[in-house]
Amino acid sequence: MSGDVNAKKAARKNWIAIACVFGVMAMTGAAFAAVPLYRLFCQVTGFGGTVSQAVEAPKEVLDQMVTIHFDTNVRNLPMTFVPEQTTQRVRIGETGMAYFKVKNTSNEPIHATAAYNVVPDKAGPYFQKLQCFCFEGQEIAPGAEVVFPVQYFVAPEMATDREGRGIKEITLSYTFYPTKGFDPAV
Amino acid sequence: MASASATDNHMPGFFTRWFFSTNHKDIGVLYLIFAIFTGLVGGALSGLIRWELAEPGIQLFREGGIVQQLGIVEASKHGFNVTVTAHALIMVFFVVMPATMGGFANYFTPIMIGAPDMAFPRLNNISFWMLVAAFIMLSMSLFVDGGPGRGFGGGWTAYPPLSTMGHTGPSFDMAIFALHIAGISSILGSINFITTIFNMRAPGMTLHRMPLFAWGVLITAFLLLLSLPVLAGAITMLLTDRNFGTSFFDPAGGGDPVMYQHLFWFFGHPEVYIMILPGFGMISHIVSTFSKKPIFGYLAMAYAMVAIGFIGFIVWAHHMYTVGMSIELRTYFVAATMIIAVPTGVKIFSWIATMWGGSLTFKTPMLWAIGFIFLFTVGGVTGVVLSNAGMDYSLHDTYYVVAHFHYVLSLGAVFSIFAGFYYWFEKMFGVKYNEFLGQLHFWVMFVGVNVIFFPQHFLGLQGMPRRYIDYPEAYTLWNQVSSYGYLITIVGVGIFLIMLLEAAIRRRPGEANPWGEGATTLEWTLSSPPPHHQFNELPVVKADDHH
Repeated sequence: MSGDVNAKKAARKNWIAIACVFGVMAMTGAAFAAVPLYRLFCQVTGFGGTVSQAVEAPKEVLDQMVTIHFDTNVRNLPMTFVPEQTTQRVRIGETGMAYFKVKNTSNEPIHATAAYNVVPDKAGPYFQKLQCFCFEGQEIAPGAEVVFPVQYFVAPEMATDREGRGIKEITLSYTFYPTKGFDPAV
Repeated sequence: MASASATDNHMPGFFTRWFFSTNHKDIGVLYLIFAIFTGLVGGALSGLIRWELAEPGIQLFREGGIVQQLGIVEASKHGFNVTVTAHALIMVFFVVMPATMGGFANYFTPIMIGAPDMAFPRLNNISFWMLVAAFIMLSMSLFVDGGPGRGFGGGWTAYPPLSTMGHTGPSFDMAIFALHIAGISSILGSINFITTIFNMRAPGMTLHRMPLFAWGVLITAFLLLLSLPVLAGAITMLLTDRNFGTSFFDPAGGGDPVMYQHLFWFFGHPEVYIMILPGFGMISHIVSTFSKKPIFGYLAMAYAMVAIGFIGFIVWAHHMYTVGMSIELRTYFVAATMIIAVPTGVKIFSWIATMWGGSLTFKTPMLWAIGFIFLFTVGGVTGVVLSNAGMDYSLHDTYYVVAHFHYVLSLGAVFSIFAGFYYWFEKMFGVKYNEFLGQLHFWVMFVGVNVIFFPQHFLGLQGMPRRYIDYPEAYTLWNQVSSYGYLITIVGVGIFLIMLLEAAIRRRPGEANPWGEGATTLEWTLSSPPPHHQFNELPVVKADDHH
């Protein structure tokens, strides 16, 4: 075999290896790109019970009723967080109003945000909120008691869609967690 | 004479040869020795599991129990979880992958395609020693605090929040680091294989004339290259979630634990094909050799592997039907998963068609190969059952799943490894093994592993969940049978070790081609063992050569 062919092969060898390294880097990048993409996917499709934010209430109100349960949790915060009502019955399409009472039991101001979700997961695309304290972080003064309203509705499509048909009960769950100085290992 | 030929071969001294090795055959042998050692470790861990589960109640993993006297894992329920986790991680990353992609692929891919060595011999050396380092790291993680106790007990899947908030100790950080190193080792190895196969084939060895084992290695290398970085990314996110206050998988910070499952299984599903595809290649060679016929449907066999590799990337969510996906998504994943049965069926039927009308001899490698085909088919059938989301809702995380993946991996992949080991034993080590001991090893193992895993189907159908240290008395019978199966399997492993010892003591010199006219690939044109540097004159492959 001539030296010429060998040199060509040696150069090609490096190019193949470099292409492979780029493949590895692209896949590593894709793994991390999956984080924002997955979040976007959940927000767009309501996947995994992600609740979406609506601008206006639906025009159509059906006769069909649906029961909404409210669930509240606090994580690593000196506060009490209870719903003023445990369940509500609303018509599909009708705008409901629920209230949640929060009390800071410490002498320090609390900076907290509420994470939220609905079950069953497949109700995610239909359960929508017009107004919620969970859209932004909250500051609660020492010892203060605050009542937060939530305006929500269940989209009329739920009564007809293959996925949503048959849902009679939806649970809306909140978890308040500290926005500042948050240590996930605790 | 011996020293003269050694100098001709540029054979280095013992230490240089085995510790600084850049020779693909020596590295292949190192990988195999490593895999045998780790296989015994992983097998011993499964022994603790089976022994504990032989009866209801807690026998071993308690104060004053045998496990406490051994002291390797903690004598507690957490210790049982650690044992299960370590068994899985060792078997997947440190036994099956080193044996197939490390051992056989390193030794035989260059020879089969007519290349003098791998494209990057030093990289090859780095790959091996990184794997050793990773194994030491993983072993050390057993002895440091995990959080609920000593070691990491969150399963090989390491789902958060159990692997983040549930295990606050440094043990899992060490395990993550071990997986990082093992992952880099495999990625470097796969770059090496891809470059070797694309660039160093002998004149006339086109891709479509390449032996099926080389095809299997090429596809596996691509799967490793594309899937391992995703695992590396996912476990790096776990690492930062645990130590640096990020919340990739913590809902409290806007993350989602289910996303970890998506990332993990995007790696995890190709991983199961990584473990089996080189085996598919080996089985093709063995079936063809002992039927004295070229493999039936060569191109279909090669492209069936390509198809399995490709589909393997788009079915991951069938491992997580129960996370609450919509019916449309589940429908897709059910359909896509079932489609894998088509290329797999092509392979099974082509092996049978190769044997059909062939001049069969049932030597040890052929027994293992036929055993593989049978066991893999059983595992494949239960796989089709599990691919139904509706079935999976009730069978998810039961012993039915355990039985399924042990049939395709523990029995399938491991049987293919033993088949390859016996097939190439004489070629690699230059001595003959004892045919009687080889066949006895097969039969005892075949009975043993079936007695272990077949009853686990019943346990799963009865609803026994996996990964628990204890169970209600109703499950006693089949658990007992399963544990007796383990005892039979130990005898099988013992026969394997005796077989190795016997061959090493008797040293019957090997022939270049002990299998006769059926063995047509290039490794059989060389001496046994092959010269330290093979193919000084590159072989030329013609169109009508069988492969």
